[in-house]
Amino acid sequence: MERHFEKDLNELKERLLWMGSLAERSVHQAVHAVLESDEPLAKRVLEEEDAINELQMEIDDRVVQLLALHQLMATDLRFVLAISRINNDLERIGDQAVNIAQGALRILRHPRVKPYVDLPRMSDLVEETVRNALNAMVRRDVDLAHRVLATDDQVDHYRDQIFRELLTYMMGDSSVVFPAFELILVAKNLERIGDHATNIAEDVIYIVQGQDVRHPTVDRR
Amino acid sequence: MHASVRPAVSVNIPPSLTNVPPRESAAALSMRMTLSKVNFFYGAKQTLFDISMGIAANKVTALIGPSGCGKSTLLRTLNRMHETIRNARLEGEILLDGQNILKQDVTAHRRRVGMVFQRPNPFPKSIFDNVAYGLRINGSKVPLADAVEKSLRHAALWEEAKDHLHKSAYELSGGQQQRLCIARALAVEPEVLLLDEPCSALDPISTAKIEELLVQLKELCTLVIVTHNMQQAARVSDFTAFLLIGQLIEFSPTPQLFTTPSDPRTEAYITGRFG
Amino acid sequence: MNGRLKWRKFVSGFMLTMTGVCAFVAVSVLFLILGYLVYNGGSSINWAFFTKLPTPVGETGGGMANAIVGSGKLLLVATLIGVPVGFFGAIYLAEFSGSMTAFIVRYAADLLNGVPSIVIGIFAFAVVVQPFKHFSTLAGGFALGLMMIPITLRSTEQFLLSVPLALREGAMALGASKWKTIATVIVPAAYRGILTAVLLAFARVAGETAPLLFTALGNRYWSPGWNQPIESLPHMVYTYGISAYEDWHRQAWAAGLVLLGLILAINIIARAILSRGIAVPRS
Repeated sequence: MERHFEKDLNELKERLLWMGSLAERSVHQAVHAVLESDEPLAKRVLEEEDAINELQMEIDDRVVQLLALHQLMATDLRFVLAISRINNDLERIGDQAVNIAQGALRILRHPRVKPYVDLPRMSDLVEETVRNALNAMVRRDVDLAHRVLATDDQVDHYRDQIFRELLTYMMGDSSVVFPAFELILVAKNLERIGDHATNIAEDVIYIVQGQDVRHPTVDRR
Repeated sequence: MHASVRPAVSVNIPPSLTNVPPRESAAALSMRMTLSKVNFFYGAKQTLFDISMGIAANKVTALIGPSGCGKSTLLRTLNRMHETIRNARLEGEILLDGQNILKQDVTAHRRRVGMVFQRPNPFPKSIFDNVAYGLRINGSKVPLADAVEKSLRHAALWEEAKDHLHKSAYELSGGQQQRLCIARALAVEPEVLLLDEPCSALDPISTAKIEELLVQLKELCTLVIVTHNMQQAARVSDFTAFLLIGQLIEFSPTPQLFTTPSDPRTEAYITGRFG
Repeated sequence: MNGRLKWRKFVSGFMLTMTGVCAFVAVSVLFLILGYLVYNGGSSINWAFFTKLPTPVGETGGGMANAIVGSGKLLLVATLIGVPVGFFGAIYLAEFSGSMTAFIVRYAADLLNGVPSIVIGIFAFAVVVQPFKHFSTLAGGFALGLMMIPITLRSTEQFLLSVPLALREGAMALGASKWKTIATVIVPAAYRGILTAVLLAFARVAGETAPLLFTALGNRYWSPGWNQPIESLPHMVYTYGISAYEDWHRQAWAAGLVLLGLILAINIIARAILSRGIAVPRS
């Protein structure tokens, strides 16, 4: 028997997916603003931040109402709670994208430090991770979620590599310190984005299987 | 929200989402009924104090509150059933579509404002005759078979009853009997349907079926429901009124009342910290 | 202590036996009466009994056709008088009256029920026989009808009151006026009880003799119309039973048997109808 709150649940899911797509695009645009020194692109990311934040507040509002009015149980309950968490992760992803865009604006005032090799690879991986996490949520695909969790290490590895490389450049030539440092921050932001995508994947596993996989080393007995 | 900007990458978003519809705004609501300074007395004892509120058209309004708060009394004034009790006295004004109901012919008024009771009370007649009863006593000229089918469909009972229309209503289960009473009330096409704890005598599945039915019935008429189960009010209603010892403490849109009530007494009641 | 216990056991056993014997006596009286009637009157029940008129004194044969038809006519008049008054009076009591009026009416009905049937007969004599200057079916039926009123009224009122408030409210909430509610919901819901009440009242007066003495009188022949004296079964039991003729005695037993059989049958049917229950919603 279909219950009338299912309409509200679906609207909530749609809102979240919309927010996810906006966040994903922000990341993409911000990174390309850095890689291609594209000032208008960076500025567009800053303008679109509001839309993401507005959605976050609306989603939180809807979550509170759904929980108060409809005594959700089992999958429905886990779903709504997980949406509340994913909501925050997406907003943080948006924030990180903004940070990257601001970094881009600062970087393009300086000549390019070096040809970007690892950075585009890392950003492609991170974008893919975000996309997979959101797809896993849409399709309730636990295997895809697990694969997202597995790529976290690789993202960290890229970040470390970029750190070391840029550190070497900075030590060799003090004039590039400023832009190089900004690039390090961009890598850091990307890594944080990857972490948030991982969180989203963990929430997907919680929704589907009811398992809390966040801290495997903690003994829950 | 910048709805016109589309993302460059897609996340398998369903096509329906290309233009996300804005949140439903509280459009200008028309009031089907209005109560103004309603005071009610059983003999010398006053049980309702200065109640003023509006019942929005084609919405579900719930009346909640602890036992003895006067919610059933208030409901019964809306179709003047209080007049069946000897010492009952009503002061104040109740309007239906702008006209004072206390000045109308009472039987004509009760056709416009119908009622479903706590315990199912079908007549000792066949299913068909139960639904047709209101039409027959009002001398309606419509073809009865069509009207009965329409009502039973509206009450989500047609499929279960269509082959047994001439059997006694008492052969139905409790939940079915209550839906029959709803169909019976709907047959005369009332503008407002009052429901006095309609699910309290039913099992959870019948209750769920009737709750879904009520949400659908909004399109047909305005609904006012009294319930001692506030979760039911939360699930089903658009507006909720909280009454305490005959007074209207708070009256708000349901999402607001259950998430951020403005009166501490309302909060105490809905969080279960009452008494 | 042991003696005490023995005494108590004795008393208990004694009372159980005594009450059992009394109950047995009560039941067996009915069967004794039936038995007597069948034994003494059974042989006289034949086709002639039901179809022939009484023969002149001394002759054998003959029957009680006129008494049977007479009882029928009297009961018809009685029903036409007693049932409507009782029925509508009961509706008034159950639905319309305030508590003071209701109390007075009920009290009066109960008192009327207790009036000796012969007094009712005298009353009917004064009211019907004297003005019309005839002993008549009308007078007899009037007297019997008066006796039917309190029984019908009180029983019908009980059954009407037993219809649940929920049904009344349901009808009124649909826009039914008070009278329509009564006619279309309450009376149909109580119809079994009302029918039973009428049948029981009927059975009660079917065997009454005293009121008929001053009103219907008796008639050895057919009674034309409604304004002539008329014969009845209970009266025949008296007339023949007290006579000197063997043949008439036997016919009296037979009349008694027929009368009792009729009343028993009505009682049994009435209770069967009532046992099907008053229509109430399943809870």
